[in-house]
Amino acid sequence: MSLRLIDGSEAVAEAALSAGLRFYSGYPMSPATDLLEQLAKKLPQRGGVCINADTEIEGVNMAIGASMTGFRAATGSCGQGLSLMQEAIAEVALNETPLVIFNMARSQQDYFQATRGGGWGDYRTIALAPKDVPEAVELTQLAFHLSDKYRVPAIVYGDNILARTLTAVDTSPIAFEPLPPRDWALDGTTGGTGRSKQIWTWGVGKHNTPGPGPQLHWRNIADKFARIAETEQRWEAGFHEDAETMVVAFGTAGKFVEYVVEDMRQEGWQVGFFRPITLWPFPEDALERGCKTARQVLVFELNAGQMIDDVRISLGKRVPIRSIGGISSDDAGINIGDRMDASYIRARIIEAMEPVS
Amino acid sequence: MNYVDTTYPPVRESRQVASFKPALLQTEEHHLCPGCGEPVAIRLICEVIQELGLAQDTISIFGHGCYGAFMSTLDVETTLCLHGRAPAVATGMKRMRPDKLIWTMQGDGDMVSEGLAEVLHTAARGESVTCFMLNNGVFGDTGGQMTAASVVGQRTKNTLEGRDPGYHGFPITIGEMVAALPGSAYVARGSVHNAGSIAQAKKMIRRGFERQMANAGFGLVEILTMCPTGWFLPTKDGPEYMMESLGSVYPLGIIKDVGAEQPA
Repeated sequence: MSLRLIDGSEAVAEAALSAGLRFYSGYPMSPATDLLEQLAKKLPQRGGVCINADTEIEGVNMAIGASMTGFRAATGSCGQGLSLMQEAIAEVALNETPLVIFNMARSQQDYFQATRGGGWGDYRTIALAPKDVPEAVELTQLAFHLSDKYRVPAIVYGDNILARTLTAVDTSPIAFEPLPPRDWALDGTTGGTGRSKQIWTWGVGKHNTPGPGPQLHWRNIADKFARIAETEQRWEAGFHEDAETMVVAFGTAGKFVEYVVEDMRQEGWQVGFFRPITLWPFPEDALERGCKTARQVLVFELNAGQMIDDVRISLGKRVPIRSIGGISSDDAGINIGDRMDASYIRARIIEAMEPVS
Repeated sequence: MNYVDTTYPPVRESRQVASFKPALLQTEEHHLCPGCGEPVAIRLICEVIQELGLAQDTISIFGHGCYGAFMSTLDVETTLCLHGRAPAVATGMKRMRPDKLIWTMQGDGDMVSEGLAEVLHTAARGESVTCFMLNNGVFGDTGGQMTAASVVGQRTKNTLEGRDPGYHGFPITIGEMVAALPGSAYVARGSVHNAGSIAQAKKMIRRGFERQMANAGFGLVEILTMCPTGWFLPTKDGPEYMMESLGSVYPLGIIKDVGAEQPA
């Protein structure tokens, strides 16, 4: 293992290259710009292509084209840029083209965007939210693996702190289970054979090789997403076995919460934490198990209340669920506002655990 | 006017006397309207790919329009991409597979209305891909509405009194715009309204593909195609109307051919 002190953007870029990234197309927007700059430098040096797209829409569609030919491809921006890509993200879900999308986000206000999406049709998007740079390296490679394995879009949802924090990290390739050959990919060779390939959201197929048609094609895809939901949930939890209060948080905020909870435990507070790593599929059952002894569940997220919906879906009305986060932003609209702070989180947890007398 | 009376079965059984089905179509059946120019253009593309021996070295990207019917019958690798984005998808494909013939099939609605940014930037980057634009000046697939390429005075379902430039603006001549960009290598505008124009269009398609395979830069071949349904005309009036209306705004010919031998 070799460690290098690099920032999160470079680490994610290196991890993507370790995963076999061959094509990236992006459009600058802070704090995702650094990732584009890194890949613009590194990809051509390693036999790949990085194109400065002229819009996020063009960027994501270029990446789709590259991926359709059987090479690992990605695009990225922050949530604002991903807004423009929603149609394309739905499209790759429905035409079964692998695609990794990096959201080096300005805020946690993109939770709905990452987990619900804004495209048309019955689709889901795998959404991985790392808490720090080493986990981002791992989840970046996992995103490529899962996207390829299931032929679905996968989002890596980082943020400004992740993108710009220097960490000593190992970015070497991670070995995953081997995947079948990409026999669906277009390489141009099947023309004129009577069995030429097609990639199409409607699943119509060709005259000689008819597809299932839209209804069955979309049902098959919905079934696939149901299988992913069952098998790909990931999470981290701590001190939950006997916790009276559980705190749920994701991404960098989850790391802050973990730190605060560890501290409070040493002082004797009966508090635990739960952090979904896959925002979709949301680890519903694990959260329910993790909150078995809890008498209240607090949700710390830096938005007006988005993930709290999934917490409610997971836990129902068995236990009171309250938000202790909220919108938190600096003047640039980047969420290092006053609430992204351990002392703030600690105060809110204590306030919730000690009823006003 | 003479119409075939279809209220009675034919006196004699009809009999096929010739087949013009190109080898790269899995069936000659299609559901485009009588008098449509698009199947003619697609036949030419099929023939040229076959003649160049590139059937097993090509990927096509379809936009959204009536020509999408050929997604299921064209015997080359195909994808149907998001509306307007075909040149971007083609870019990703060509960069990964630079030795393949990569071409897009778009209409004026797909390219000039929805996808103007994509085609211009792809041309500006000088990507060696070939984009076809079947220009009939109307959204045919949705039943005859104005596109950015509809000509002044053209009646459509949302310009009932004709396209009024004071209200609806002017048509975009994409060929000339693309030709002005240094990244474009071959830009031509053909038509399929008569036998002579069909032969000329086929030469343009061939030249476009040849320049792509020579890695010369971006290629755009615009082909004027009849749409009597979308123009609300009797089928047989399509060609004449097209050349009077579209033909006067979009002159036929080679607009740009970098590397063509100059006349002495």
